[in-house]
Amino acid sequence: MRVVIAEDSVLLREGLTRLLAEAGHDVVAAASEAEEFLRQVGEHQPDVVVVDVRMPPTFTDEGLRAALVVRSTWPAVGVLVLSQYVEERYATELLSDRPQGVGYLLKDRVADLTEFLDALDRVAAQGSALDPEVVAQLLARSRHPLAALTPRELDVLGLMAEGLSNAAIAAELVVSDGAVEKHINNIFAKLGLAPADRDHRRVLAVLRYLGADGA
Amino acid sequence: MSVLRALVSARTWLAFVHLIAGFGVGLVTFTVILTGLATGIALIPVFLAGVPVLAGTLWACLWMGRAERGRFALLLGTDIPAAPLPGAGSWLRRILAPLTSAAAWRDALYGLIRFPLSTLQFVLVTVVWSTGLALITAPAYVWALPGGGAHIAGHLIRYPGARTAAVLAGLVLLLVSPALTRGMAAVDAAVARGLLGSGREELTARIGELETSRAKVMDAAEMERMRIERDLHDGAQQRLVSLAMELGRAKAKFGTDPEAAAEIVSQAHEQAKEALAELRNLVRGVHPPVLSDRGLDAALSGLAALSPVPVTVSVELPARPPAAIEAIAYFVVAEALTNIAKHAHAHHARILVVGVGDQLSVEITDDGAGGADPAGQGLSGLAARVAGVDGQFRVTSPAGGPTTLEVTLPCGS
Repeated sequence: MRVVIAEDSVLLREGLTRLLAEAGHDVVAAASEAEEFLRQVGEHQPDVVVVDVRMPPTFTDEGLRAALVVRSTWPAVGVLVLSQYVEERYATELLSDRPQGVGYLLKDRVADLTEFLDALDRVAAQGSALDPEVVAQLLARSRHPLAALTPRELDVLGLMAEGLSNAAIAAELVVSDGAVEKHINNIFAKLGLAPADRDHRRVLAVLRYLGADGA
Repeated sequence: MSVLRALVSARTWLAFVHLIAGFGVGLVTFTVILTGLATGIALIPVFLAGVPVLAGTLWACLWMGRAERGRFALLLGTDIPAAPLPGAGSWLRRILAPLTSAAAWRDALYGLIRFPLSTLQFVLVTVVWSTGLALITAPAYVWALPGGGAHIAGHLIRYPGARTAAVLAGLVLLLVSPALTRGMAAVDAAVARGLLGSGREELTARIGELETSRAKVMDAAEMERMRIERDLHDGAQQRLVSLAMELGRAKAKFGTDPEAAAEIVSQAHEQAKEALAELRNLVRGVHPPVLSDRGLDAALSGLAALSPVPVTVSVELPARPPAAIEAIAYFVVAEALTNIAKHAHAHHARILVVGVGDQLSVEITDDGAGGADPAGQGLSGLAARVAGVDGQFRVTSPAGGPTTLEVTLPCGS
């Protein structure tokens, strides 16, 4: 997979480059600020980009804004945003037009290599990967009552929102695929959503429901 | 010409309206204050029943004083700054506060003086204007008067030239009336400024208040820094020390016992992740970057998600408050949620942030056990931070709950 990195800290930029190279990916460019990064994305057209939120010159949300530019200019490029802190508001902005090909994770998650690389693959393949912490914030700020859901159904909803497939949810909760299917159908029924066939579609539906689209 | 222009100038007529209205105002304030004070003083021997009556009367004086300041500003353009309303502490102390407030008693004195002063002004203004008008228009109606002339002090005035004299006298009177009216209004404004304006003792009291709150804010900031230092020392720093130790052990074992080394590395890995989470949560409790980037509403999501007690957040802000106010509001919510998690045994908490006019109000309610101590370290530190920006801070926490923390912060410049 061809990857472009945007990260201003030399330590992390080199660490990420090394880590991705060791996992067999091709890091075609690594930028330390947003403009350079956008130029490189345009030039290399990578499969996926990994972007830090805070970058020079103001160290506020340059990376996030660059990520939004990539998403609207090159929709085929997967965007994985990494940050020291995850914020429901930033997730909402990232997901606002479509939840495909996007990820938003705490930098800590890079430490769990397998899961991080899985998330990167999902994003490159136009799936999604949301940090559990950001999902918790979305649930905490949900503008709709979720009282009708059982605790188990809430667990399933959270994992769906993180971007996991049915099989991955079943493995995570140590239940059968059929049980997960049943929970998901119940969730859709209780939330009044029509069952959809694609993973990212149901994430879209769920996030819409949670108010992540800002509606 | 300027004399004629004064006759039709808005300033003259606003002053006129002011003086005429003063009579009605004076009648009301005099009646209310005299009745209130007399009843209050008379009832003091009856188990102090007069005390609340006096306090109520003085509250009325404070509010009437504020209305009067409004009237002066509106009609005469005279700004008389009001001292802040008295009151802090328990509800009983707040209710009784005007009894010891010099400003309240001065407002009462003003309300009493208003009546005789306005009566005099009313009489002068009406006599001057109506006499001027009556004289100048005399030729039009003098024929209809009994005897065909005006009676002054029992004598019928009918000598030739009297009409011309009357018209001339009326003209002079009308031309000086505007100056007289404005002059009286100016005197009235000076009296009001003298009685209603903030006195020296208010300023002294305010300076004392500011000194106390500044000292408290500095103490609170110092305590906060110590807390952060302690959290870093007990938390992340210890974890990093132990992490380095574990990695050292693993390094030593790699050659001889790679399996044990792998086990140690995996433990170190866990510790590193825990240290990261701890640092993140520490920053979250102080000032997360999203607060500056996206404001209070966005920043509170993180706190709500971190709270072990489920929290409902609702924020209605028409505009972003100043950064310092946002930071204090955020800090208030963070501390309140920490307290709720530690002490309240609550099932649910609710955060309501509303911006109305130039005020930001934050209300945090939980359905826990109640009995929160406002003098405790956490709450008193919060109260000091809020007092530092002239905000209001109130805790209601009866035993058995619910606990409500209400904070109002000024957002104006």
